[in-house]
Amino acid sequence: MGKAWKFGHDVDTDVIIPARYLNKSDPQHLAAHCMEDGDLNFAPNVKAGDVLVAGKNFGCGSSREHAPIAIKACGIEVVIAESFARIFYRNALNIGMPILECPEAVAGIDAGDEVTVDLNSGQINNLTKKTFFQARPFPPFMQELIKAGGLAPYVRGRRKNG
Amino acid sequence: MAMTITEKILANHAGLDEVVPGQLITAKLDLVLANDVTAPVAIQEFEKFGTDKVFDSQKVALVLDHFAPNKDIASAEQCKFIKEFARKQEVKHFYQVGRMGIEHCLLPELGITLPGDCIIGADSHTCTYGALGAFATGVGSTDLAAGLATGEAWFRVPESIKFIFQGNKFQPWVGGKDLILYVIGKIGVDGARYQAMEFTGEGISALSMDNRFTICNMAIEAGAKNGIIAPDEKTYEYLEGRAFRPYTSCFSDKDARYVEIMEFDVANIPLQVAFPHLPENSKNVEEAAGIKIDQVVIGSCTNGRIEDLRTAAEILRGRQVHPEIRLLVFPGTQNIYRQAIKEGIIDALVEAGAAVSTPTCGPCLGGHMGILAKGEKALATTNRNFVGRMGHPESEVYLCNPAVAAASAIRGEIVHPREVL
Repeated sequence: MGKAWKFGHDVDTDVIIPARYLNKSDPQHLAAHCMEDGDLNFAPNVKAGDVLVAGKNFGCGSSREHAPIAIKACGIEVVIAESFARIFYRNALNIGMPILECPEAVAGIDAGDEVTVDLNSGQINNLTKKTFFQARPFPPFMQELIKAGGLAPYVRGRRKNG
Repeated sequence: MAMTITEKILANHAGLDEVVPGQLITAKLDLVLANDVTAPVAIQEFEKFGTDKVFDSQKVALVLDHFAPNKDIASAEQCKFIKEFARKQEVKHFYQVGRMGIEHCLLPELGITLPGDCIIGADSHTCTYGALGAFATGVGSTDLAAGLATGEAWFRVPESIKFIFQGNKFQPWVGGKDLILYVIGKIGVDGARYQAMEFTGEGISALSMDNRFTICNMAIEAGAKNGIIAPDEKTYEYLEGRAFRPYTSCFSDKDARYVEIMEFDVANIPLQVAFPHLPENSKNVEEAAGIKIDQVVIGSCTNGRIEDLRTAAEILRGRQVHPEIRLLVFPGTQNIYRQAIKEGIIDALVEAGAAVSTPTCGPCLGGHMGILAKGEKALATTNRNFVGRMGHPESEVYLCNPAVAAASAIRGEIVHPREVL
């Protein structure tokens, strides 16, 4: 269970992690500046298990994988958006950062609401408003990939087991 | 079955006779590229795959352009890490200061991005190479690492949108930048999300290669997977003596299918300025007239080519940059820089009061070499005007073409070029 942080449409990768911090790729360094140009209160106050909720085209702009790395490293459990920009979508899954497209949930969650998400079933519960939303769950292989921590550990694990 | 140029290139690289939009394929790659920001993460991921060697050292490009010349110790460490990887892997196309340029200006100039190619780059503006009739798309570092290891990438075949530019009667000073800003203004920053943008028509045929690079460069600003222009005589002329290896051109079939076809008459497209904080906020330059600015930037992978510099010099020659303005000019590559010296462009710009830099992505992404203070405004020929893009989160960036940028640098506020000539 976590608190919802809410952002608008077209949140770009420069807002998620400004380029001035890309001289290092250490996840904790990136996490300390996550969403800094959008909300200065985010990085110091976000807690493990919190949920990031946003409008359409989340993650537009640069191809920097530092963006989902920063979000994951600061403890966000899942990003729920109306839609995702193409490169961000691939990058997030490739590093094992869960994301769900669910416009109804975005409309039905306000900043600060307590939210639980079941990634296996795609169920999103807003405990504050006592409402429920159903996102399309990931197929089993993608759930495994996310659990493994991303594409590289997933491929390595399969090689070892295969 | 009839296919678009994008579908044909993907089919060729997937070893298939045909592909259809929505189909998932694995395609062989002709070039895999990364820069000093994205390569370190990609190399770390590459090493996790448990592979020793890159798939083909001739088909990898590593260009140190974002924070180079190294802006601080951390950036220097990143560049050193990449250099060591490049040497160990015998990467053919490794470029650092002195030989490097802004990657999307440099690689076409070197003739290693070619018609019919399938290219991935860990940089969103990789779509630039579509101007040569290649399929080129930006990816993240993990996808790039997989490409380095295997020489392949998986794609969902995109639907295509066709943009037809009718006529060749451009308004004065209008170029590729205005066409693409106009289109993004019409369809929005997610108007082509996941899709291919195919640019065609008499208006495109009339444009030089430099202008075509500008158009395809900004396809990502509409959310597109790729932008593409079929090769023609101008493309082949550009490639003469430049092409690094043989290539096979592809063209859309007459009855290829598009999810949408949009037509514009170039005569109706005025000079554009995109207001903060999205490229889709593009308007007629007249609507921006009078906005006071602090800095003007001419350069970047969007508008740092020789014709862009020629345009700027044409306006600035014999005139002076406004005393309140900082004008920064970034030639895209060492060759462009030399050419500009030979043509007297650099002399004219410096004489006018511009600061001319070695090639770097620097200010475009708020990296270094021209950062904005709180409350400052910049007018730039770059590609993004997001919050904080060029510096302080409360600074602002307006986007335009090199003519509007040069004229506005003289006036100290945004202005139509005719007002200063």
